[in-house]
Amino acid sequence: MLEAFFNDAPVMIMLTGALVGIAAAMLGTFLVLRGSSMLSDAISHSIVLGIVVVWLVTFQQSGPVQIIGAALTGVLTVFLTELLAGTRRVKTDAAIGLVFPVLFSIGVLLINLYARDVHIDQHTVLLGEIGFVWLDTVDLGGYPVPLALLSMGAMTVINVLFVALFYKELKLATFDAALAKALGFAPGLLFYALLMLTSATAVAAFDAVGAVLFIAFVIVPPSAAYLLTDRLWLMLLLGAAIAVLSSLSGFHLAEAWNVSIGGMMAVMTGVFLALAFLFGPRYGLIAQEIRRRGRRRANASRTLAVHLYNHEGGPDQAEENVTRALRAHLRWEEARARRVLLDSLDRGLVVREGDLLRLTPKGRAIAREILEPWRQEAAGA
Amino acid sequence: MSGLVELLRDYTIQNVAIGAALLGVISGVLGSFAVLRRQSLLGDALSHAALPGICLGFIVAGTRDLGSILAGALTTGALAALVVLLLTRKSRLKTDAALGIALSVFFALGVVLLTRIQGSANASQGGLESFLFGQAAALLRGDLWVMGGITLAALTVTALVWKEFKLVTFDPVFAASLGLPVAALEVALTVMIALAVVVGLQMVGVVLMAAMVIAPAVAARQWTRTLGGMVVLAALIGMACGMAGALVSATSPGLATGPLIVLAASAVVLVSLFLAPGRGLLWEAAKRRTERRRLLHRRARGEA
Repeated sequence: MLEAFFNDAPVMIMLTGALVGIAAAMLGTFLVLRGSSMLSDAISHSIVLGIVVVWLVTFQQSGPVQIIGAALTGVLTVFLTELLAGTRRVKTDAAIGLVFPVLFSIGVLLINLYARDVHIDQHTVLLGEIGFVWLDTVDLGGYPVPLALLSMGAMTVINVLFVALFYKELKLATFDAALAKALGFAPGLLFYALLMLTSATAVAAFDAVGAVLFIAFVIVPPSAAYLLTDRLWLMLLLGAAIAVLSSLSGFHLAEAWNVSIGGMMAVMTGVFLALAFLFGPRYGLIAQEIRRRGRRRANASRTLAVHLYNHEGGPDQAEENVTRALRAHLRWEEARARRVLLDSLDRGLVVREGDLLRLTPKGRAIAREILEPWRQEAAGA
Repeated sequence: MSGLVELLRDYTIQNVAIGAALLGVISGVLGSFAVLRRQSLLGDALSHAALPGICLGFIVAGTRDLGSILAGALTTGALAALVVLLLTRKSRLKTDAALGIALSVFFALGVVLLTRIQGSANASQGGLESFLFGQAAALLRGDLWVMGGITLAALTVTALVWKEFKLVTFDPVFAASLGLPVAALEVALTVMIALAVVVGLQMVGVVLMAAMVIAPAVAARQWTRTLGGMVVLAALIGMACGMAGALVSATSPGLATGPLIVLAASAVVLVSLFLAPGRGLLWEAAKRRTERRRLLHRRARGEA
């Protein structure tokens, strides 16, 4: 039963993708909230150097040594970036863009010079091939478990544990670093730990999805989740869920169209982001537009109520408080005047008496709220 | 010396050196604006986003025709810039997330298209991947004309709207109050960065293009206080580093051109950060030392 499970290549591929997604979403959530998303870009490129150096020293292409090497490279990247930005001669974003190309360049040159005939070519590092994860297996309790699945599973457990254990500290350090510092937490240290985990996860993931597609998993699902919720725990969950959905749908689409599986998974994260951007219940583009229209309509009704109130019971009431006047005096086009009037009638702000428009008590209250706010306060007090 | 002359006579090396010089000039000039406008990483995002365009250009043309490939790269690069703008203006996401999203999703789309082309077993697709890492040696004389044309066009535009670009870079609010079309100028500057990226794709590849936009500009910034000086100096530094990288890489087959150019430019940045008069870190340290000594002297004389 388990044997069949581990021998099922599609399941192994989707599971690996889902684990990459969950592990990345845990860390990406905090990077996105801190405004340091592009550090994941820098890290995932510069670990190429770490991978080559570790390989040159130990001849190990994967495993714990590689993961530790990657973590150190990630720390080196961030340290150099902060050092450069700390001179105040270079802005932070420029510093990021200066550091990682240097490390990447050295890595590529080392590969070209010393590691030509090895399996670690720059190509795999950048693109990865998740379709082959089931080829490289280790024997675990008699079952052939894919190596990538094992290392990704371990990283996922570590990341989830890290977030669960330091949830409060991470939350505080992300939203109020100054307070976190004052309370005696070390937000800087926590941040470095976060980035070390990001590098370690990147190295575990690069066999599967490669460096650039790993960035998609770190940044895009948490960003999509950020468009859907204000709660941190929900953002973590939604990010992970979106990543898992992207892996599943990406795999099936890639099979159907015969294209790169990792690439299609990353594209699907983009599709989910687009959906959240458009249809998000609160921050989505459409929800924003509906709210804006609602406000505009409410404002138009208010304008009408104020206009009617100003002339209510006055000598020119018969002339001003009729439908015709809206066009001439409020400079509304006929269609708009009709729309606002119908809207106000619906909302029970105005009633018609023959030609005359009369405010209901509710409409009068709205007009007074605008024109004579002090009266409201007096009535309230 | 005679070795250098011999190198310069080689046809391929000539091509590579000229191409690298062109790339240095255009990325130095346009990178200056990007760095000053705090859009350093835009070049990174746009170069990654060029990948799907390269593939689309190839699919449309049916062959590795540089013109259509570069047109495709420019199109998707500009589209990615638009996505960044849309996400930062119309959603609660910050610039860094928007850049990362555009970068990774567009690149993923490129990877998908790349595998699609490879799956269709088109014999002429060879060399398409050279855009990922840059393959300067594959540069043809005809490619140089295209690159030169783009560079010339970008430089001409920059010269023509110099004053407007300057104003938008340093004080967009003031520029708007003067009635300048700020949005249009910003779009123009962004598209021009996409142009620089397009020139660099074949030389250094999508990953290292970020450094080409940033490094010459940052280095030049340390030596001068005027925009004109910075742009000219950045172009010169870019050109020199480009040619130096190209020539060094010609000495050994294992030395890829792109990484060498980037390392040369980064070395110039490092030197500039330390040594540039006025802003250099070494000068600052020296100044602090003399000041401290003066204070100690004063205290010793009992003045303080």
